[in-house]
Amino acid sequence: MLIIKNLHAEVEEKEILKGIDLSVNAGEVHAIMGPNGSGKSSLASVLAGRKNFHVTRGEVIFKGKNLLDSAPEDRAREGLFLAFQYPMEIPGVSNINFLKTAIAEIRAHRNLPPLEAKEFLRMSREKQKLVEFDAQLVNRSLNEGFSGGEKKRNEIFQLAMLEPELAILDETDSGLDIDALRIVSKGVNKLRSDKNAFIIITHYQRLLEYIVPDYVHVLYDGRIVKSGTKELAMELEEKGYDWLKEEARGKETRERATI
Amino acid sequence: MVQEPAIPLYEEVVDGFNKLLSGPTAAVAGPRAESNSLRRAREAAFGRFRERGFPSIKDEDWRYTQIARFLKDKYDLSGTFDQDQSALADKAEIPSLDSYRIVLVNGTWQRNASRGVPPSGLLLLTTAEAKQDPVFAHYFEQRTGDHHFTALNAALFTDGIFIRVDANAVPDRPLHIVHVYTADRNLLVQPRHVVIVNRNAALTVIESVVSGSPPDGPRILVNSVAEIMVEQDAQLEHILIQTAGQSTRLIQHTTVRQKRQSLYNNFTVTLPGSELVRNELHVRMEEEYSESHLYGLYLTGGRQLVDNHTLVDHQKPSCQSNELYKGVLLDQSTGIFNGKIYVHKDAQKTNAFQQNNNLVIGDKATIDSKPQLEIFADDVKCSHGSTVGQFSEEALFYLRSRGIGEQTAKGLLINAFAFDVTEKIRTPALRSHINHLIGDHIPAVNS
Repeated sequence: MLIIKNLHAEVEEKEILKGIDLSVNAGEVHAIMGPNGSGKSSLASVLAGRKNFHVTRGEVIFKGKNLLDSAPEDRAREGLFLAFQYPMEIPGVSNINFLKTAIAEIRAHRNLPPLEAKEFLRMSREKQKLVEFDAQLVNRSLNEGFSGGEKKRNEIFQLAMLEPELAILDETDSGLDIDALRIVSKGVNKLRSDKNAFIIITHYQRLLEYIVPDYVHVLYDGRIVKSGTKELAMELEEKGYDWLKEEARGKETRERATI
Repeated sequence: MVQEPAIPLYEEVVDGFNKLLSGPTAAVAGPRAESNSLRRAREAAFGRFRERGFPSIKDEDWRYTQIARFLKDKYDLSGTFDQDQSALADKAEIPSLDSYRIVLVNGTWQRNASRGVPPSGLLLLTTAEAKQDPVFAHYFEQRTGDHHFTALNAALFTDGIFIRVDANAVPDRPLHIVHVYTADRNLLVQPRHVVIVNRNAALTVIESVVSGSPPDGPRILVNSVAEIMVEQDAQLEHILIQTAGQSTRLIQHTTVRQKRQSLYNNFTVTLPGSELVRNELHVRMEEEYSESHLYGLYLTGGRQLVDNHTLVDHQKPSCQSNELYKGVLLDQSTGIFNGKIYVHKDAQKTNAFQQNNNLVIGDKATIDSKPQLEIFADDVKCSHGSTVGQFSEEALFYLRSRGIGEQTAKGLLINAFAFDVTEKIRTPALRSHINHLIGDHIPAVNS
């Protein structure tokens, strides 16, 4: 579904991704972990098409097409979703109207007929229940005055409504208390299927106790320095990131030595 | 100041005024001769106009509003139509609004075009009738402020509408006044309106301004003056929707006088169209415990120049005013906001707030925003704020990342920006009408 090859990117002329390779297939959940500043959120931003992130080398193929050429809205319409680390508050845009508009545009892009109002309402109710999202929040302005947990839950509600094929969760667990974490995880687990895939970016192993990944990758200094299965996450929890940092530095030194 | 000879309209109005004085010419003065006192008032007003002439950018109040280019054309001072133009009023249709609608074409009430049942407790006359009535005549003889255009209007006004709500009357539906401006040659129209809301009465007035001439057609310069009296314990909800076309140039002066414990709410909504709009809104709180809310929304486009000048004049203690004007500037348009709050020495316990926010979207659009507070009392709460900004890149990205196209996303953000004003409109039909008008000028917003 997603193939990232030797991806390099920079922000304000500072290189932040230094050659990432990653393949994600339908039905898989990949966790990307790593210390602060390693490039985790930058990878999410590059994939979603945020301005100011410039790809300097490499390519990203999503569903057989070059992802990097298309506008953020087209990536979303093709089935990519980014759950934001810091969701925006937009007073005056109602949550529900926002979703209606998004679904209308996505469906138009896919040559599907518009969703009938009744069907939209039914779907909205069903998904609210699925992610335990308060009906009153649905009718309020987008994220305005929401608590941190409510904002994150709204991201998962949007995910449920838009039914993307590839969802990237950027530190969705940060700032969540244990109850909110459980609710968010439950929602994601219900949405998992063999047709979609998740990339879960997180700093802590905690989230991965609830959403069990198929693969775990460790990002450090703009590169994936280690990949493994869920056991790797547990090892990280125990030992921290320092041993990996040293390993990575050692590897770099060796590489330099061979040159 | 003696007027510079560069403005031909000056000669025309002098000429027009001389004609008016030299006899009861029906074209300007109406069919009946006017009282001597009104004549004297007209003469005095014209004297004041001659002293001042038309404003130039040397006048502080017109510094940002270069009006000279709109005065260069030759205008006729009177224009009547053979055909009925009131059908143009349909342009101001507000879907599913239950109202009593009246239509004025170039300032003259077309009685046959009225629609709906006139609410009880409401007296409507033409200005031409009211000024001949000894009871009402004084409203047309008093000085209307010493401004260039108000003096000109006082000297040369022709017709307009006179509205009076009886004491304690609460008409069960809004009065919708549609102002149609249309001409087959360049025209200067000078309507004069009076609204009196008597004690303990309440009225909602919706004014729509529309026009007939094509964008490159004859120009119509409208110099309109309205005087509004809100008596003790009375309430007036006043909504103005300006959607006239490019060939119109609107100069509008409204003075509101508020008595004890009265409430006046004003919404001024200006949309792309008229190449010049100058709204001058003066609210004078003449007695204690009066309250006023002024909301403005200007969405400007093309090469439009839209200027909102407001004055909230706190003369007496314990009054409250709240003002919020929001502007969205598209294309190469120019916006001007000048909001003055004046708190007199006597006006202790005044609460006066003012806010002006602007979203500048067009690459060549400009806004001049000037809050002005003059406070001479010491026990008051006053504040003002002014912002000029652009789209939030983060908000745009958030919307786009959900599959919403850039244009639609911008439309949503513009609507959201205007929301602070539109949400204050209490009549749902009116609110949704205004949202649609906004949407019409931002492609792909009406979803």
